Amino acid sequence: MQDDIVIGLEIHVQLLTQTKLFCHCSTDYIDREPNTNTCPVCLGLPGCLPVLNKKAVELAVRTAIALNCHINTTNIFHRKNYFYPDLPKAYQISQYDLPLAGEGYLEILTGNQNEKVRIRINRAHMEEDAGKLVHIEENGRITGSLVDYNRSCIPLLEIVTEPDIHSSDEAIIFLQNLRSIVQYLGVCDGNLERGSMRCDANISIRDSKTHQLGTKTEVKNMNSFRAIKKALDYEIIRQRKMIEDGEKILQETRRWDEANNKTISMRTKEEAHDYRYFPEPDLLPLTIESSWIKEIEDNLPELPADRKKRFVKDFGLSEYNADRLVEVKSLGDYFEEAVGHYKNYEKLTNWILSELLGYLSEDSIDISSSPVSAERLTELLVLIDRNIISGKIAKTIFEKMYKTGQRAEELVQESGLTQISDKSEIDTVIEKVISQNYQSVQDYHSGKEKALNYLVGQVMRYTKGRAQPDLVLDLLKEKVNKLSN
Amino acid sequence: MQLNELKGIDYIRMVHEKELSVEQVILDIFSQIDKTDKIFKAYLRTNRDEALQEARVIDRKISNGEKIPPLAGLPVAVKDIICTEGIETNCASRILQGFIPPFNATVIRKIKDAGAIILGKTNMDEFGMGSSNENSAYQVTTNPWDITRVPGGSSGGSAVAVAADEALVALGTDTGGSVRLPASFCGVVGLKPTYGRVSRYGVIAYASSLDQVGVLTKSVQDAALMMNIICGYDEMDSTSAKVPVPDFLSACRDDISDLRFGVPGEYFKEGLNPEVKDAVLKAIDHISKLGGKVEEISLPSIEYALPAYYLIGMAEASSNLAKFDGVQYGLRIDDNDDLEDMYRKTRSSGFGPEVIRRIMLGTYALSSGYYDAYYLKAQKVRTVIKEDFDKVFKNIDIILCPASPVPAFKIGEKIDDPLTMYLTDTYTMPVNLAGLPGMSLNCGFTNEDNLPIGLQIISRAFEEENILRVGYNLERHYNHTLKIKRPKPPVG
Repeated sequence: MQDDIVIGLEIHVQLLTQTKLFCHCSTDYIDREPNTNTCPVCLGLPGCLPVLNKKAVELAVRTAIALNCHINTTNIFHRKNYFYPDLPKAYQISQYDLPLAGEGYLEILTGNQNEKVRIRINRAHMEEDAGKLVHIEENGRITGSLVDYNRSCIPLLEIVTEPDIHSSDEAIIFLQNLRSIVQYLGVCDGNLERGSMRCDANISIRDSKTHQLGTKTEVKNMNSFRAIKKALDYEIIRQRKMIEDGEKILQETRRWDEANNKTISMRTKEEAHDYRYFPEPDLLPLTIESSWIKEIEDNLPELPADRKKRFVKDFGLSEYNADRLVEVKSLGDYFEEAVGHYKNYEKLTNWILSELLGYLSEDSIDISSSPVSAERLTELLVLIDRNIISGKIAKTIFEKMYKTGQRAEELVQESGLTQISDKSEIDTVIEKVISQNYQSVQDYHSGKEKALNYLVGQVMRYTKGRAQPDLVLDLLKEKVNKLSN
Repeated sequence: MQLNELKGIDYIRMVHEKELSVEQVILDIFSQIDKTDKIFKAYLRTNRDEALQEARVIDRKISNGEKIPPLAGLPVAVKDIICTEGIETNCASRILQGFIPPFNATVIRKIKDAGAIILGKTNMDEFGMGSSNENSAYQVTTNPWDITRVPGGSSGGSAVAVAADEALVALGTDTGGSVRLPASFCGVVGLKPTYGRVSRYGVIAYASSLDQVGVLTKSVQDAALMMNIICGYDEMDSTSAKVPVPDFLSACRDDISDLRFGVPGEYFKEGLNPEVKDAVLKAIDHISKLGGKVEEISLPSIEYALPAYYLIGMAEASSNLAKFDGVQYGLRIDDNDDLEDMYRKTRSSGFGPEVIRRIMLGTYALSSGYYDAYYLKAQKVRTVIKEDFDKVFKNIDIILCPASPVPAFKIGEKIDDPLTMYLTDTYTMPVNLAGLPGMSLNCGFTNEDNLPIGLQIISRAFEEENILRVGYNLERHYNHTLKIKRPKPPVG
């Protein structure tokens, strides 16, 4: 964190309603034939009027409560006027000076010794999304543009922070926390790549001597956490260098160019639109009853921070592991289902975080569609605890479970990989190993402790890893020590 | 008597008593249109074939003894600002030329469900902006009482269609007087209901907070008949009101002795034509004779209404009309350099001069740095005017005043002077600012030119039944005393 960096974020989250913000069209617009998910209202045809989706308001209120915001019991929709072909009415219905929610905050733990930092929320307001332009390119030249209104009128909640963020890392932590919250609330799926969560950033550098705020730039078009981090870092370096060189920073909107790893100017302040905001006369002021706010608040699901606390307290997990388990809601759900069947929480956590997540992330599969269910995973762990298989063999079995979907016990029996814990059976192997490796026995007697490990390894090799390692070690020590006498 | 001369209410009685053929009514109407509309130019386009087909379907139902809906076959002319599925709707503008709505406005759905037949789409001032119908991009409608004069606007085509027996009833819209003014100029009944009484869904917006669908009819009962069908909450229009709809027809029949009337002094000052004043005062006098208690009232802030009305109307219009950008429908000038150029050329050639003037002024009024001084101030004035009305309505039930300071003026007389033209709405637009209902009812004629004069009847919000009751009483007990010297329309 560096004090001179000043970042404020504007995050659009797509609210998980069934229908659009002002009409009955579906919100499931991705991958649909262009302009098939539309109606006269979201096409903005002459004579059409918006009718507010109450579910969208509920989801927005839920989010605002979770972000500790003040909710305006009367709020107003405004028209934001500008011309662009993806905006069918030539104005966006948004909120302006009386938004759904004002002042709030979100507390995050930064990487710096888990320091607690409070990021203030300036406001949260509802608005509709626009359509999308598709450009036709021939030989690298744009020869025409088509417009697809499937996304038009999709409900969004725009969350605006105060400029309380002082590094790109902090920005990412904030966004991860926010994403986690909206996912827990069931208000947004939080998918940056598909654009259901989008982030613009305002960045400036404060003068180190006078502490005066610098001129800010707004950066858009970042569609992953990685891109946001890179864009912020790029912009910080660019602005610092300009200040060092005595150049004047322009107040402008810049676009993150992912292919070339840089930000490019889109428009300066002088070119900025005058949106001519005025109250939307087609919608009545929105009144939110305090009893309804209370009802939503009472039914708020558990949030990640509370869940983490509970995981640490109830299951004795480390803060770090608990954090990792709760960040994605479905992962926390998986863990909770597993603890219903299995009580060695630490072992369970390690298996989920290292083995299971390793396979899933390699295949980009969400935990909610994991081929190994929580209950099946615990069955495997029980086999280890009952000394039926070794931990090492369990990993092989797990891979097979992941690939075939079969149960652990079936796989163990099929492959004959049950652990050997029969003393006489192991003794027979030990006799054989000692007779073939007498040199190692002598080495051990002359003080080379490592020689014993070698012998254990040989026993494991002969038993194809099935011998119970602790037992092998005990028996082997006993045998070898006897020989020295 | 030709069947096209029937009042709506008489038609309804006769059709339910199987006394007429709906097809014959439609044929008579179109024969009248063929004869006279070359001169009056009330219609932009007619719906003849479909209308005849629908008429035959209803006739068949009648002869089969089937139940017929309440408006069974009632022939209605519709202002071209109201969307009709499958029938071009262009607001008398070039920019919407060729636009065929894929849906019906709620009012159209309602009257069609009730059995009405759409005769065609009537001429108007482009997007409802004007008081004379001279701002149509296509034709100038003439006044049947004197074809050298304007019919009033903006629902001029609808008023003329009814006045000239080219329709039995008509739908219009009223943003600042656009139903009441042409009704007054053409001598028909024009009722603008309370804001929120009739759904605006499918009505192409001019000024959303002022627009309201209204009816133009040959009699007060006809207006009540239409109101019974078109009023009511619509889930497609968030600004439509969840207020019960009374039976307006039966409300007409009661006498008016329980009502208290107010006459605002501000409406009878300079600028009022003496013949208009005389006719209106005579009608008010008759109200007393019918048992109404009449007193003088004051609406002191009314003088600020006009600038407030035009600022709000133009501001909303500048936003409402921005969607006509050549991207999705209507006119697009393809010979352009880039997107910006396409917008500029399309909009410059698609809109007429009055529409462009209002968009420019409205855009200015909403601009950063001017918003507070213009738009916000106008909204405050609007609140004050509403309070003026609220105050007087504590003591009275009905306001009586002229619908227009002057009778129909000559074509071309005011078109080059927008400010004078704007003054035509002086007596009507305060009602829109306050969201109240108002009706113009013929109450006499000028002596020399024999031009109709309109009495305006205003009530509290959602009390249209009182307006209709007053209107019906006057119509029954007073209007027959008027010497109506109706000229036969010239045939060209």
